[in-house]
Amino acid sequence: MSNSIRNIVIAGLGGQGVLKASDIVAEVAFAAGLDVKKSEIHGMSQRGGSVSSDVRFGSKVFSPMVPDGEADFLVVLDPTQIDVNRAALKPTGVLIEPSILAGHKLKSDKSINVALLGALSRHLDFPESAWITAITGHLAPRLHDMNVAAFQTGRNA
Amino acid sequence: MNHPTAPSRRILSGDEAVALAAFEAQLTLGTGYPGTPSTEILESLHSLGGRAQWSPNEKVALEVGIGVAFGGGRALVTMKHVGLNVAADPLFTVAYTGVRGALVIVSADDPGMASSQNEQDNRRYAVAAGIPMLEPADSQEAYDFTLLAIEISERWSIPVLLRITTRVCHSKTIVETPAYPVPPAPAAGYLRDVPARVMIPAYARPAHHKLRTKLAQIAEWNEREGPLAVVSGSSTLGVITSGVSFQYVREALPQASVLKLGLTYPLPLERMKSFAAAHERTLVIEEGDPYLADAARAAGIAVEAGAEAFRFGELNVARVRRMEAGDLTPEPKPVPGKPPELCHGCPHRTVFTALRDLGCIVSGDIGCYSLGVLPPFLAMDTLVCMGASIGVGLGLRHTLPIDEARRVVSVIGDSTFVHSGITGLVEMVYNPPPTGHLLLILDNGTTAMTGLQEHPGTGRTLDHASTGKFVFENVIRAMGIPDVHVVDPTRDPAAFTELVKTSLDSGRLSVIIARRNCLLAAGAIKQYEKCPEGNTHEQ
Repeated sequence: MSNSIRNIVIAGLGGQGVLKASDIVAEVAFAAGLDVKKSEIHGMSQRGGSVSSDVRFGSKVFSPMVPDGEADFLVVLDPTQIDVNRAALKPTGVLIEPSILAGHKLKSDKSINVALLGALSRHLDFPESAWITAITGHLAPRLHDMNVAAFQTGRNA
Repeated sequence: MNHPTAPSRRILSGDEAVALAAFEAQLTLGTGYPGTPSTEILESLHSLGGRAQWSPNEKVALEVGIGVAFGGGRALVTMKHVGLNVAADPLFTVAYTGVRGALVIVSADDPGMASSQNEQDNRRYAVAAGIPMLEPADSQEAYDFTLLAIEISERWSIPVLLRITTRVCHSKTIVETPAYPVPPAPAAGYLRDVPARVMIPAYARPAHHKLRTKLAQIAEWNEREGPLAVVSGSSTLGVITSGVSFQYVREALPQASVLKLGLTYPLPLERMKSFAAAHERTLVIEEGDPYLADAARAAGIAVEAGAEAFRFGELNVARVRRMEAGDLTPEPKPVPGKPPELCHGCPHRTVFTALRDLGCIVSGDIGCYSLGVLPPFLAMDTLVCMGASIGVGLGLRHTLPIDEARRVVSVIGDSTFVHSGITGLVEMVYNPPPTGHLLLILDNGTTAMTGLQEHPGTGRTLDHASTGKFVFENVIRAMGIPDVHVVDPTRDPAAFTELVKTSLDSGRLSVIIARRNCLLAAGAIKQYEKCPEGNTHEQ
């Protein structure tokens, strides 16, 4: 059953936009007509501490959290958080981390979340336009250009 | 106006789904006190255009909700699990009085304590107070059960507990809203019914009988047409479950038959009995206390419960597999992440540096400043519940040897002081310790920990519009505290430290209000001050 479900864990530190990134992924899957669940913890952990969010989609999803060792993709926004979250990834899973962007310049470090979604997007069967729609739908207009550019940087990295 | 609504499909958190249902049910008023994981319900209700307001605490919120429902309106009262402790006094008696409109009380429990001081299981409150309880398993059910709660409340004139948990509140799942309109609320208006509303003993005795009669009727309805679901599967393994645990069961044990309960008080014991009888083995999978398992066993239903080890923390797919297998080998420990910390530039940092350097015994409280307990400050010695800093600090002063008693300081935030610190301060004036006492109110102009909500001390309502302001120093001076200081601790940290030291040495009763806006809220507060009519259309 879990074979038909895609499991994505996004992790980082409070303030890096982990939850925004997982909202965007969930929106893309939702727009494709799939069943989607997304889970995270709010509150005290967000005061600069470790933050992670799970997104699952497929024909039918039960648990909102990705079971350990079942993540197809682990997207980590801060290198210090890789070891903390590695147990989420399945043996054949793909780690997407900031070093992927080496040699590419982002206008702002604040859009690293969206840049890594760009890298993630290459592994998933959703049209680029669906990503752009979800990104602009979740961000204030003044941030659109910077984040669309960051997404494309990640997608082409 | 009652237009048919178009069916729609969206992805919502459980909190947003509760708000959407309440809004579509033309709720009269939503009220509550911020608390993770419940906070977003009232914020979403406001964003949708509903009437939502923060109360000073959960007890007042529930009392306001009771008044709305007595007047024939529909009320939603939201809080986190520990908030229901504060609201427990009116809760137990509104079960007796019943209501005329609808009263839905949301208890957002936090198994695993992502952001709480305990993991109490508030299903116990439904039983103790005698009020029906619904437990949604995802956002769709959060929506559906909010509507059902209103319906049950109006049908039986009884308050209803909507018990949700962190993973329902903060997970986003798909919600399809129905094409038919929610029946409109009856017109509000006062109907005098003294024996039903005035709980003097002579009226309360028959009211208790009436409550038990209603609960018996609801139990019967729950057996016949309650919101339960049966998933057919193996005849060898049956699972009885409720709430989010249902999701883990379906994933971990796809072969099992499942009886998923929706209204978990009063329980459909006959349905549970026949389900258990139809399976060789019936397992109860529930997060927290063995509430369903105990009730089943007390009714003579043969069920197995998860081992005691699974009572601690949240459940998940892996833990449910272990519960079924009776696997008690040590569970893998998560790699510790980076702990939370006070923001760099946070005014609380100055305060806790001073308290640490002065070697104070700090009676602490609930909020961002609870992080003063962690390095580099290590400057908090007790934390029990909202408001406890003052009473606990006084108790320590009454007990400790003089040289220790003189170092005791109570520390509380602005929102927490309004919530339940005021009566502690009355105690300080009324029963002063021989060594005096010092209360520090850390006034950062917002309810920071839960996500920057307004409170009476900010002088702004939930939508950030200007309103009557509770001015701490005016009230505290009027209470007769001899020394009241209002300072920005960051302006001159050395002078602040000296002020704390002088106050401790004085042997008198002192209050220092350390006032500087939260770093995260400061920009928004400036905007609100420029725009006093508030923000009526968020996002």
